[in-house]
Amino acid sequence: MTRYSAWSIFKNGLAGQRNWRRAWRDAEPRAHYDIIIVGAGLHGLATAYYLAANHGAANIAVLEKGWLGGGNAGRNTTIVRSNYMMPGNRPFYEHSLKLWENLSHELNYNVMFSQRAHITLLHTPAARDAAARRYNTMRLTGSDGELWDLDALKRAVPHLNYDNARFPIIGAAVQRRAGTARHDAVAWGYARAADQLGVDIIQNCEVTGITRDANRVSAVQTSRGPIRIGNAGKVGLAVAGNTSRLWAMAGLGKLPVETHLLQAFVTEPLKPLLDQVVVFGVGGAHFYISQSDKGGMVFGGDLDWYKSYAQRGNLPAVQDVAECATSILPCLGRVRLLRHWGGVMDMTMDGSPFICKTPLANLYLNAGWNYGGFKASPASGWYFADLMANDRPAPVIADFDLGRFRHGVNIDERGAGPDPKLHG
Amino acid sequence: MIRIPCPFCGERDHSEFAYGKDASVQYPPLDAPLEDWHEAVFLRDNIRGVQLETWQHLHGCRQWLVVERDTATHHIHSVRAAHPGVAAVLAGAGNDAGSGK
Amino acid sequence: MSARRLPDGGRIDRAEALRFTWDGAELTGHPGDTLASALLAGGVQLIGRSFKYHRPRGVMSAGVEESGALVTVAGAGDGARRDPNVKATVQELYAGLAAAGQNAWPNVRFDLGAAANRLSRFLPAGFYYKTFMGPRIKGGTTVWMLCEKFIRRAAGMGAASRLPDPDQYEHAHAFCDVLVVGGGPAGLAAAATAARAGLDVLLVEQDFQLGGDLLNQPLADAGELLAEMLDDARSAGVRAMTRTTAFGLYDGCVAGLIERVTDHLADPAPFLPRQRFWTVRARRIIVAAGALERHFAFGNNDRPGVMGAAAARAYLNRYAVLPGERIVVATNNDSAYPVAGELAAAGAAVEVLDARPADRVRQLAQQAGARGITVRPHCAPLRAVGARRVKALEVAMEEGGRWRHGGRQACDAVLVSGGWSPAIHLISHLGGKPRWNRRLACFTADANGESLLTAGAAAAIWDTGACRVSGQAAGAAAARALGKDAPGIAMPAPGGWRSPIRPLYEVRVPGAHLKSMVDPLNDVTADDVRLAHREGFTSVEHLKRYTTLGMSADGGKMGNVIGLALMAEALGRASDGDGGDGADPDIAAVGATTFRPPYTPVALGALRGRSVGGHFRPLRRTPMHQWNLERGAVMTIAGLWERPWYYPRHGETLDQAYIREAATVRESVGLCDVTSLGKIAVQGPDAAAFLDRIYTNRFAHLPVGKARYGIMLRDDGLVLDDGTTWRLSETDYFMTTTTAHAATVMAWLEELLQVRWPALRVHVASVSDQWAGCAVAGPKSHRVLSACADSPEALTDHALPFMGVGRMSLGGGIPCRIARISFSGELAYEVYAPSDYATAMMDALWAAAEAAGGCLYGLEALGALRIEKGHVTGAELDGRVTLDDAGLGRMAAKGKAFIGSTLRARPELQREDRPKLVGIRPKDRAARFNAGAILCRPGQLSGLGEGWVTAVTHSPALGHWIGIGFIRGGEAAWRGQSAVAADPVRAAPVEVDIISPHMFDPDGARMRG
Repeated sequence: MTRYSAWSIFKNGLAGQRNWRRAWRDAEPRAHYDIIIVGAGLHGLATAYYLAANHGAANIAVLEKGWLGGGNAGRNTTIVRSNYMMPGNRPFYEHSLKLWENLSHELNYNVMFSQRAHITLLHTPAARDAAARRYNTMRLTGSDGELWDLDALKRAVPHLNYDNARFPIIGAAVQRRAGTARHDAVAWGYARAADQLGVDIIQNCEVTGITRDANRVSAVQTSRGPIRIGNAGKVGLAVAGNTSRLWAMAGLGKLPVETHLLQAFVTEPLKPLLDQVVVFGVGGAHFYISQSDKGGMVFGGDLDWYKSYAQRGNLPAVQDVAECATSILPCLGRVRLLRHWGGVMDMTMDGSPFICKTPLANLYLNAGWNYGGFKASPASGWYFADLMANDRPAPVIADFDLGRFRHGVNIDERGAGPDPKLHG
Repeated sequence: MIRIPCPFCGERDHSEFAYGKDASVQYPPLDAPLEDWHEAVFLRDNIRGVQLETWQHLHGCRQWLVVERDTATHHIHSVRAAHPGVAAVLAGAGNDAGSGK
Repeated sequence: MSARRLPDGGRIDRAEALRFTWDGAELTGHPGDTLASALLAGGVQLIGRSFKYHRPRGVMSAGVEESGALVTVAGAGDGARRDPNVKATVQELYAGLAAAGQNAWPNVRFDLGAAANRLSRFLPAGFYYKTFMGPRIKGGTTVWMLCEKFIRRAAGMGAASRLPDPDQYEHAHAFCDVLVVGGGPAGLAAAATAARAGLDVLLVEQDFQLGGDLLNQPLADAGELLAEMLDDARSAGVRAMTRTTAFGLYDGCVAGLIERVTDHLADPAPFLPRQRFWTVRARRIIVAAGALERHFAFGNNDRPGVMGAAAARAYLNRYAVLPGERIVVATNNDSAYPVAGELAAAGAAVEVLDARPADRVRQLAQQAGARGITVRPHCAPLRAVGARRVKALEVAMEEGGRWRHGGRQACDAVLVSGGWSPAIHLISHLGGKPRWNRRLACFTADANGESLLTAGAAAAIWDTGACRVSGQAAGAAAARALGKDAPGIAMPAPGGWRSPIRPLYEVRVPGAHLKSMVDPLNDVTADDVRLAHREGFTSVEHLKRYTTLGMSADGGKMGNVIGLALMAEALGRASDGDGGDGADPDIAAVGATTFRPPYTPVALGALRGRSVGGHFRPLRRTPMHQWNLERGAVMTIAGLWERPWYYPRHGETLDQAYIREAATVRESVGLCDVTSLGKIAVQGPDAAAFLDRIYTNRFAHLPVGKARYGIMLRDDGLVLDDGTTWRLSETDYFMTTTTAHAATVMAWLEELLQVRWPALRVHVASVSDQWAGCAVAGPKSHRVLSACADSPEALTDHALPFMGVGRMSLGGGIPCRIARISFSGELAYEVYAPSDYATAMMDALWAAAEAAGGCLYGLEALGALRIEKGHVTGAELDGRVTLDDAGLGRMAAKGKAFIGSTLRARPELQREDRPKLVGIRPKDRAARFNAGAILCRPGQLSGLGEGWVTAVTHSPALGHWIGIGFIRGGEAAWRGQSAVAADPVRAAPVEVDIISPHMFDPDGARMRG
């Protein structure tokens, strides 16, 4: 397999780019695997990669009903940050950020992780104090975080609305190590690296049934035939948006998960207009924006506010983000929206995910990423692989279990309570 | 825009309404045991397809409604007042809107 | 030679000349011109530079699919109206329009960026994924971050202004029975038919004129028909909007439209919005949006001078611009023949290359021959020659199913027709799946038949007459579906060419190195598609994402089908090398991408309408807002509210003012506007029982005339809100909530009563806006109230004891509700008057308070007073806190169940070592610390800490800084130990004592008076 580098591009340039090989094999499903990951999104692919890379696991298949990276991996607004503060979340997201910082090297694939700084605008003294608690926690736990006053913010982003904003800006909370990455590249990078370690990535292979033998999964039924799992075999679910459906296939009951619709937006490509990620949340609004390397302004806001499996949104949410965008960056009024699209996500009862064992002995669950799945994907794969390999959760993910609601463990970053739509 | 036929106000944009939750959830008595409350508050069927759900006509009559809607297509099959007494009065009054479109 | 204006003809108004500038040079055009037609008429061919390789580009189309002529329009004023990425083909010309080239330096004619084209062999699709990574220097992203700076500068197209957009926009609403999208022959016929049947019809057309393709046909042929159809639609009562694009279809038969109101005006009236965003709710939508002509991939098919054949027809007939003198028309279908004939008639030398075999074009060739046009069957363009515009064309000839070199031919224009793609985008927005029609070589989409219908070229009906009939059929079908009488008209079959199209997507010959654009706007080449195939990016979405095919400003209108065809070909012929023969690739097997809204890009300003700046969100002000301002209040934001923050005297700072205000309250008396609190009337025979269920403490036995502080939990047992509720009668309660949760609590109570407990006979009504509230707090509060009360005896300890509720009248007849309740810890009252009396009440109270040496106090002093008392607010009740955490465990009544009573008993919520509310005091009393600091054990200033500070104030009563917050185990666990408030984001750590949160008057003696 060719190692990617400037040299390889040059060499291939001389040869008319004809010598590149497939980035990953087009694997045919075999009748039997030791480990099956359902879902070739970022979490599933990362899990397969770390199972092979960290734990030496072999005979792994990743089953994907469509094309790999086709769910939220390919539909998100690409923000990477670790500004979480709840004890059950903090070390996990920090670990993820550290993995991001070395991911292009690890995978030999440029995922374009751009540590351009993540700026949360602050509008009231109360919001500033709440942010101080969060960013102090980050600092004390080995991450970076700063509070900027208005002058510092104006120097960094001079064209925000400092003049007639409905909610005047008083400063910002900033994580410099945070930023954006190229979402598709992450999926492709993990896929290629996993493939090189022998993982079979099987696209267009939809799981249609989960066959149980008492308390174990013995096989998965797919659109391309049944696949058996050996006695020591394991199955991991990483199917955001469809978790409840796979859960039902396994004959299990309800989950603390609802599927909701989130839209994302991109404008026409422009010369550099915004160098950081800017986040805005006040007066019930919620908005985040950055500029892709291609030049499009990429942004998003709140959910469409109703449960949905339809991958298309409606106008009120479009208007809302347009209001937010032009309110904080008044120059965007003339900038044109090129595309908006919808994705479905697992919203949970506390806005936090699950990486855990299930009532079935060899079935493992990775789900419930709400808004936050993209940034989490490296650590999610890392710890899900660890869980599947060792059959026990690492302490870092101890709170990401399904029992936390029964026990009263609280890792609700927003404090919004048990209503999935409030955890955007 | 999902257009919701409110039994009181007529067909309106969904942005006038606030989505509530899965209307099939039965809340147990206040003194019911933890397991019952755990299930009602935290666990969901999360149906892909037609489900019963509550909406409030927040910027209208403020009535809570039970809407039968397909979560895969957003198609609405029926709408009624959530309050059974009110729904019965509407139905008895022969108000077509009381039972949906 | 290049293009030129013909001496007569066209639909332009030659009587008027419009001066405009291109890259600073002055040119003229006429009303009815687009910028593109005027530039062509003015001999300007090189208009743009491409995205990645900076290749020279000219006008390629006459519509929204334009991939070449993207320009920056300067706009009026100081540069704030600069509009990048404007398609010259749809920008109407106006006097004074100033346009310039973009994505080039120093200009589009001599662009240094064109060096990228020379290096293009090293910059294939996705090259950036394979490089710019290492070596690892410091952090893992250092090298990439450096490269990214340059990549970002090279990328993008035009440069947007950084100044605030000075224009206004509007959001408007409309309803109709039938919305017809597209004002061509199909749309006009559909609209007229539906309107005649008695329906309310709205027809929208993105162009500035109605007529669609009829505008592009010779006036002599189509003029009469168009006039007749327009007349018919008008007399039938059709409402028509031009310059209006239906950009997206949404659930519920709702369409989003953008109406361009002033973009075509030299000097718009100042009251006009620039654009208007319409939300249209229709009962039926007829998509008659036409079709887009495709090109095909051949070498340098993006050179200025290469243009769509139908576009050339538009320039010729509508704008009277002849695109060249020696013209080659390259086609694989019948539609280019009328264009060729018209061009010849206009005086050009025309030759047609038809990719189809001789026997399939014989008849067409004969007719063309009669006009002096040579038709060469089995021929197609191979490579355009000419550095900055077309000077010649290398031709490919087909022999034995293979393309070979077929000579070279001088020409100044190459017009291409590679087939047509129906504009099915809107149908796709609602989930209609595109399906490949092999016979017609295009995607069609089934309208859902219920609410959505389609007609004309959007339904792959090519013939103008048949388009008109299909419009009538769709209009009649919509009318019947909506209960109107209308004749049943058979929908014509798709198609309509005499000789079938020959699918052709790329022309190449073995050994030739061609730069063949598939998606010119993103510089995606045929080789890029093959590279994607080679590397396994074969699924349509991977192809799109890896090569960026179809992801630029035309949304793939030009290139998508060709890209899919080349991928299909690669997949079908993966084993051997060069393709390019006549086989029909299996596009259906590759699939199609989903079209996303908007159909054409939409300005964000239009989508937000007027909700911008100060109008971004509603602003809530209390009825005494002006009264407060007049007394010097500085306002602060509290949710949507503006509330008095402090009332500085003689230039006081915030700190000076609030410390004085708080001290004044403790020493004498203060008034505070508390109107923003939520107020809910809870009424009915079961009101008491209801309150007992929603509050943790008991209300049923609260006597009439008393108030009680209550806490509500959520279902999950965590604190939702707090406030006082007053019992006005057996069945009438007056509930107050926090400002922040007023709306949430109201909706929650309604849900409980309507959904969960419908048997309870209780009615709730929000009365927040009906009552203006003022807190009167301090030892002199009783005296102040007595001074302005109309009957002071209502205020005696007996008449109004602590927590007593009553009615009173003050200031000579202002009817008030009053309760003796205290948030400050002082003897205090809350007085509410009907909102209309707000300022009268304040005048009366303030006259008495001022006389007593009192003050007005704002939110900051309110905070200081409550912190001294350890009262919780939103900073503490952050949705993660239990009753016990907040030190309010005693508020949970034993022996009754309430909302949250079961789940609050979950084990983790009952742990003794949970963070609990405490008071915090600096060890060094002179030290100051901040809210948001993390409480740590001394010497352990790392990790997650032991707790946090939620609020601080300088306590005038205690004379130093104090705070409240939460710390593991609470006060008891920290007795005798100090903690450190660590605040690395702002300040040095401060050693603090953990004390009781009740820091001032812990027994509440002052409050009880």
